[in-house]
Amino acid sequence: MVSKRAPATVKKTAAKKKTTKKKAVPIFSKEQDLAAYRLMLGIRRFEEKAGQMYGMGLIGGFCHLYIGQEAVVVGVQTAVKEGDQVITGYRDHGHMLACDMDPKAVMAELTGREGGLSKGKGGSMHMFSREKNFFGGHGIVGAQVSLGTGLAFSNHYRGNDNVAFIYFGDGAANQGQVYESFNMAELWELPAVYVIENNQYAMGTAISRASAQTDLSKRGVSFNIPGEQVDGMDVCAVSDAAKRAAEWCRAGKGPFILEMNTYRYRGHSMSDPAKYRARDEVNKMREEHDPIEQVKARLLKSKAIDEAGLKEIDAEIRAMVTDAANFAQESREPNPSELWTDITEEVQP
Amino acid sequence: MSIQILMPALSPTMEEGTLAKWYVKEGDEVRSGDIIADIETDKATMEFEAVDEGVVGQLLVPEGTEGVLVNQPIAVILADGEDASAHVNVAATPSETVETVSNPETVAVVVPSAPSANLVSDPNIPDGTTMISITVREALRDAMAEEMRTDENIFVMGEEVAEYHGAYKVTQGLLEEFGPRRVVDTPITEHGFAGLASGAALTGLKPIVEFMTFNFAMQAIDHIINSAAKMRYMSGGQMSCPIVFRGPNGPASRVGAQHSQDYSSWYAQIPGLKVVAPYSAADAKGLLKAAIRDPNPVVFLENEILYGKSFEVPDVDDWVLPIGKASVLRGGTDVTIVSFSQGLTYALEAASKLAEEGIEAEVIDLRSLRPLDTETIITSVMKTNRLVVVEETWPICGIASEIAAQVQEKAFDYLDAPIMRVSGKDVPMPYAANLEKLALPTATEVVAAVHSVTYR
Repeated sequence: MVSKRAPATVKKTAAKKKTTKKKAVPIFSKEQDLAAYRLMLGIRRFEEKAGQMYGMGLIGGFCHLYIGQEAVVVGVQTAVKEGDQVITGYRDHGHMLACDMDPKAVMAELTGREGGLSKGKGGSMHMFSREKNFFGGHGIVGAQVSLGTGLAFSNHYRGNDNVAFIYFGDGAANQGQVYESFNMAELWELPAVYVIENNQYAMGTAISRASAQTDLSKRGVSFNIPGEQVDGMDVCAVSDAAKRAAEWCRAGKGPFILEMNTYRYRGHSMSDPAKYRARDEVNKMREEHDPIEQVKARLLKSKAIDEAGLKEIDAEIRAMVTDAANFAQESREPNPSELWTDITEEVQP
Repeated sequence: MSIQILMPALSPTMEEGTLAKWYVKEGDEVRSGDIIADIETDKATMEFEAVDEGVVGQLLVPEGTEGVLVNQPIAVILADGEDASAHVNVAATPSETVETVSNPETVAVVVPSAPSANLVSDPNIPDGTTMISITVREALRDAMAEEMRTDENIFVMGEEVAEYHGAYKVTQGLLEEFGPRRVVDTPITEHGFAGLASGAALTGLKPIVEFMTFNFAMQAIDHIINSAAKMRYMSGGQMSCPIVFRGPNGPASRVGAQHSQDYSSWYAQIPGLKVVAPYSAADAKGLLKAAIRDPNPVVFLENEILYGKSFEVPDVDDWVLPIGKASVLRGGTDVTIVSFSQGLTYALEAASKLAEEGIEAEVIDLRSLRPLDTETIITSVMKTNRLVVVEETWPICGIASEIAAQVQEKAFDYLDAPIMRVSGKDVPMPYAANLEKLALPTATEVVAAVHSVTYR
């Protein structure tokens, strides 16, 4: 692989300086706001249902909910073009819904049924879609960063202008392979948008207790990768930053890091009572920064929709979630013979 | 006193080389650091620098001489005031030369060349096929080059694979033919590039990842197992990860504990992987081509000591062998000896010694460790009723342990003696030459194991 840049010069220094000035974020049009509202609310209601079904024993093992972080994936998705790839870790339900994967198949995977995206063999953390270019769904913290850099590599290798969107959390940001990947991505100018979903806690460890540098947008500095901090609770800000980062990549300038400051309302997983943070902290976030409420207020204020219209949307979403939940319970458990399939692919002679 | 310049070893496994060129002639003055000769092995050509200073009194080996043994005197440097005429015959006679190199360590690492006369004919090779003699190193390179010519999606990635031509020169010439887009030098970043390549494979590219040695693949093993091997299953069959992880595995020579581990059984345990460990050049070529074409992740375990060994390879257009089939290297009726990779060096040497005693051993080369061809082993055991398994890895939970378990489950009634394992010793690899020899299996140990199962 040949780097296009002369090895001894760093010509990007000026262009790559972190943007510190608070620029005005372009506000969504009414149509964009409505679309974002639907999608974010859909994710939230889906996740609430998943939490409820977990409590009923219908979903087993680990279940990491995305509630509170909806604006990140919904905003980033506005920058995704046909052929771009998306990959994330194990808090992945929201990403799959945002990638337009079938909610019924996602929920049926959570219940471990044959109608699930991975035929019930993957579970909450392992779902994929070739059709939607969603590459998982990975349970080893940080692994998706190297894998995602490989997706970006494949775009570069094929010479197309697609971008890989690689999501990981503030916890994964401390893994060694993240920096191995950053180095190669910048060295080979790979089209990778690294989206760090900083929800402030790696499981129960607050970022200030785990990270020597808590400004995660600076984590690419020693590799000359530009980075930016974004209000991850504001879907407009997320969208704007993601689009600029994607353009940077599509222009052949290499990777870009976006630190999305966000917050998860629920515990790390269903078994986490979240004793490491004050209830007030969570409530304050919900009341003052909720990503869905922000859009809702804007829609009402601009009279793009009225309360009756919102109720209609709410009813549609509840129907979608109910359908998914029903399907996930009605779908059968995988046939026992499935135990022995999909291990290796038969070699065609 | 005059000083003898000895043929240098360019690597721990080098035994001989070609003195390609002299840069000095008799009567020249040399200073420390001057380049005095080019030394060539099958792997590389290297410049040889003078350490001692003085006047070249005599060149003992003419340039262009092949097969010059390591430590053989090649030139004489005169001390101040000495006259060349006084040293005309120094170290030049054959007897003296032999004496110089016949230290026990050097002799001990000389591995007997691969037997050809005893080989059972390979059913994969059509009658009348021309055979050419090439090294395992060349066979591996040819396999990659041939596949890369036919499929644009194949690329090679790893440390020093491009401009350096591979740390062990396996990727020699690939950069020149395929360019830097498809022959990718990486930073020293095993975890990162194994993950990157696995991710690229998910999109349909077919990476060949070279680990400089499999010792360093421990940094990357999470991606080999958790990402590549499990991808297909946990996606319900949606995702494929067609990738080859290859490189030298197992002990080389005198490189100590952290560079001398055999990982065969580690990878052979993992569902979702295929694991190949060839011995001969023909198998190396045919199986690497199959591995590259395979839609599954394949761990391809090579051996540094075998890289330089020459074997007969069928001169056919597209030599591909099926993964998962063992081969019978030598027919016999008294005992079955199963091994793979460098272990076969001990097994075949032992079989030759046993034949002299009238014990006919059947020697099976597993070639693939996953899937494991137990059928070939059991068919042989049903004939010989005795089994010895030879491997360089540690004895606990090794390939031999697995074979012993399967054979007693499936052919217990055919066994006339306990199954014996000849393995590496259960210790980290020591550096000292004598201790290293003790840590590795030997043909003598294989012979002893056969004696114990044949009650002779």
